[in-house]
Amino acid sequence: MKESELLISIQNLNFRFVLRNQVIHALRGVSLDIYKGECLAIVGESGSGKSALVKCLMGLNDKNGHIESGKILYNGLDLAGVESDKEWSNLRGGKIAMVLQNPVSALNPLKTIGWQIEEAVKMHQGLRGKDAGKKVLKLLEEVGISEPEKRYHQYPHEFSGGMCQRVVIAAALACEPEVLICDEPTTALDVTIQAQILDLIKAMGKKYGLTTIYITHDFGVAANIADRIAVMYAGDIVETGLCNEIFYDSRHPYTWALLSSLPQLGDKEQALYTIEGTPPSLVNDIRGDAFAPRNPYALKIDFVSRPPVFSITPTHWARTWLLDSRAPEIKPPEHIAALWKKGRELGLVNS
Amino acid sequence: MAEREKLLEVDHIRVEFGKKNRPFVAVEDVSFDIYKGEIFGLVGESGSGKTTVGRSIVRANSLASGEIRLNGRKISGKLSNADDIQVTRDVQMIFQNPANSLNERANVGYIVAEGLYAAGRSYTKKQRQEMVEKALTDVGLMPEFAERFPHEFSGGQQQRIGIARALILNPSLIIADEPISALDVSVRAQVLNLLARLQKERELTYLFIAHDLSSVRFICDRIAVVRKGRILELARSEQLFANPVHPYTKALLSAVPIPDPVDERNRNLLVYNPSEYNYDGDSPVWTEVEPGHFVYANRAELQAC
Repeated sequence: MKESELLISIQNLNFRFVLRNQVIHALRGVSLDIYKGECLAIVGESGSGKSALVKCLMGLNDKNGHIESGKILYNGLDLAGVESDKEWSNLRGGKIAMVLQNPVSALNPLKTIGWQIEEAVKMHQGLRGKDAGKKVLKLLEEVGISEPEKRYHQYPHEFSGGMCQRVVIAAALACEPEVLICDEPTTALDVTIQAQILDLIKAMGKKYGLTTIYITHDFGVAANIADRIAVMYAGDIVETGLCNEIFYDSRHPYTWALLSSLPQLGDKEQALYTIEGTPPSLVNDIRGDAFAPRNPYALKIDFVSRPPVFSITPTHWARTWLLDSRAPEIKPPEHIAALWKKGRELGLVNS
Repeated sequence: MAEREKLLEVDHIRVEFGKKNRPFVAVEDVSFDIYKGEIFGLVGESGSGKTTVGRSIVRANSLASGEIRLNGRKISGKLSNADDIQVTRDVQMIFQNPANSLNERANVGYIVAEGLYAAGRSYTKKQRQEMVEKALTDVGLMPEFAERFPHEFSGGQQQRIGIARALILNPSLIIADEPISALDVSVRAQVLNLLARLQKERELTYLFIAHDLSSVRFICDRIAVVRKGRILELARSEQLFANPVHPYTKALLSAVPIPDPVDERNRNLLVYNPSEYNYDGDSPVWTEVEPGHFVYANRAELQAC
């Protein structure tokens, strides 16, 4: 990988929120670097903290939550310390834009499509009147909506789910942001539409030189879109690496489990691979490795002490004691071993 | 195949919505049989009418024409009271969103037992309790959970409660309407395994409705692909995946992302465009291309494969 410029650096971020008199430790010391122009996919189960993390980036967390410690450095500015709404409203939309999961509820049903995109254009770019209208038509055309003049005056209910998502993307791009955060933008859509939206996000990313953070729980989507992948579990990133490194050289047992349990791989005669148990409650402090109780490869130390970060290559690291030099040699599951072999044969990973 | 017993016969059904003089046809001329002990998949995009077919079988949508038979007896249209109760017992449903399909103000024990009150047979409190306990154990939950409320459970556990509720009446046919779409990847595998295990243990029959071909591949014996209220292709799972004939099936298959970056980059996305095939001059017919593999296509489409 060529040397790229660091854009966002998240350092040891701790985030807690209070719910029904319980303090939930949603992010437990997350550290992550995001480079300019890349597409980073964050993969994890629901409740693993993927959405909490990007909400910290956007300053969108509810009042019951607060960043306890840690930094989010973005172009030298610490986002964790930004308090005033005025500062945020410059960043939000202007610099960092977001595409949400459900396109239909992200749009205002009482306003026309054109009005909603124009609102963003007026607010952040200071365009008025005809200029703003022209810009909107151009955006609509870019995201692949035919007959933009006619569509401009229509309402969200006249659009299908996939078309609504295109409109949301157009609104997000309206202010030429630097960072585009996509929070499961295709989960609510059909597979055929999903493929189109993924292509659109990739094309727009290239065109505008966007840095894309893509949240998903589907490894298939991550394989399609991501340059790098971060795997999250119980409020922490357990493994990060280039797309090929995560697929063909994964080291964390949780990544193994996620990759093995995909229904696509199932053989009719035998049961699918499943992860036993449930994710831990984040109310109590977690001792040792959060994944240990569900991990068939867990070592004794996993229950006592939290694993540090072990680096495999300069771009690839994982938090698991299995990478310690004292750890016993273990054999990964069959499916993972096959992927490792494929990676070596095709020369996709260097190790 | 011929000697196998037919459990459900769906015979040229048509479902209409809206006004009588200008109806919207949601399902048109759909026919299929489900054999005893089989898992039959119904796959299509949103708006294809797959859920409507499922709802017609549980009689939530009435038919405009056609007939549905269970064990050779007609279950569509007007039924006598006794028949009605029998069908309710025999056909049960599992819903897509487990959180919304459970009554949030009732405890799990009542939710699971509710079918017993409606099924026309009186049970004592103790009998009901035993049946609930058994149903919960069968789906891998603890009997103590009967006292708790749905919000205390995770999505996967809630879906298990939904399955327990369907099982308690000992149905012969279960209609599973996208039971795993709302669940996480890791939980999907658990629920699919549970459904497959129950099917083997109890010789259940499923109609499995889904929008994603990859998830039904693991579980289904036969799959029907639906588009705009019509079945376009019907085949055994292996046949459909090895040799898809209809261009729409191919497009659906090509759209599924593959969790392997190299294969994913080489994936060739196909798009189905009906206007490429001249349906006016060359109207599609229901053809059997190989034993047990049916396609609704015209000559141009058959030649293209």
